[in-house]
Amino acid sequence: MKHDQKRRVFLKGSVAASTVGLAVGAGLLTPGVVLAAWNKNAFQAKAIDKAIAAAAGNPTTTPSEKITIKAPDIAENGAVVPVSIKADMDGVDTIALLVEKNANPLSAIFHLPKGTLPDVSTRVKMGKTGDVIAVVKAGGKLYSARKGVKVTIGGCGG
Amino acid sequence: MAKTIKIRAKNRGGITTVKSLISHPMETGFRKNKKTGETIPAHFIQEVVCKHNGKVVLNCEWGASISKNPYLAFKFKGGKKGDSIELSWKDNKGESDSIVTKIR
Repeated sequence: MKHDQKRRVFLKGSVAASTVGLAVGAGLLTPGVVLAAWNKNAFQAKAIDKAIAAAAGNPTTTPSEKITIKAPDIAENGAVVPVSIKADMDGVDTIALLVEKNANPLSAIFHLPKGTLPDVSTRVKMGKTGDVIAVVKAGGKLYSARKGVKVTIGGCGG
Repeated sequence: MAKTIKIRAKNRGGITTVKSLISHPMETGFRKNKKTGETIPAHFIQEVVCKHNGKVVLNCEWGASISKNPYLAFKFKGGKKGDSIELSWKDNKGESDSIVTKIR
């Protein structure tokens, strides 16, 4: 009986702890919207969904055909992979760019004030063949798109 | 300073396109020096801000997986010839640079 009670207390404790963890992950405690602070949690996250959650506040995204990712099908040099993201929708607040197979998947978050078009280009490093993922936040909702890029020489390490 | 940034801003049909190249090593912190085996410390740009006539038009947070000598291009509505465009960056070591140019 006593043992059981202890167990119950332990369980309770762990549930509480994980709720706090979730809250942090969901961006409730660390306002990812504040621009001054670099979103360390998001950039150091090792899993895709965690990175998305930390960057955008929610790990669930809806695939959307309105997002176009322009990236080469085959990248000869993984150190320089040109990527353009264009979203054909209104009210885009942020665009997050992730590389699926990198140690830290999140590459960049672009904050777009009103008047800035959801059309950004940059170049990323890719460790190995995998998907480039775009997460677009528009009107408080998250949309995503992905595109596979084959990398023949990795860009990380070496 | 402003020697690390190359920028071009052009207005066509009411939309301004800003293209920029920054020279920066963008070291991930994962790489090792092949000779000594020591890890090369991370050194990368974390923040890039672009302003049009003092108003922010783009704010980026970057991770270490942006390529060396980063390229950035984006578009915004408005802006006309002669307007000022300011681009600045800040890295994880606290180094920074900025440049001011005019829309062409």
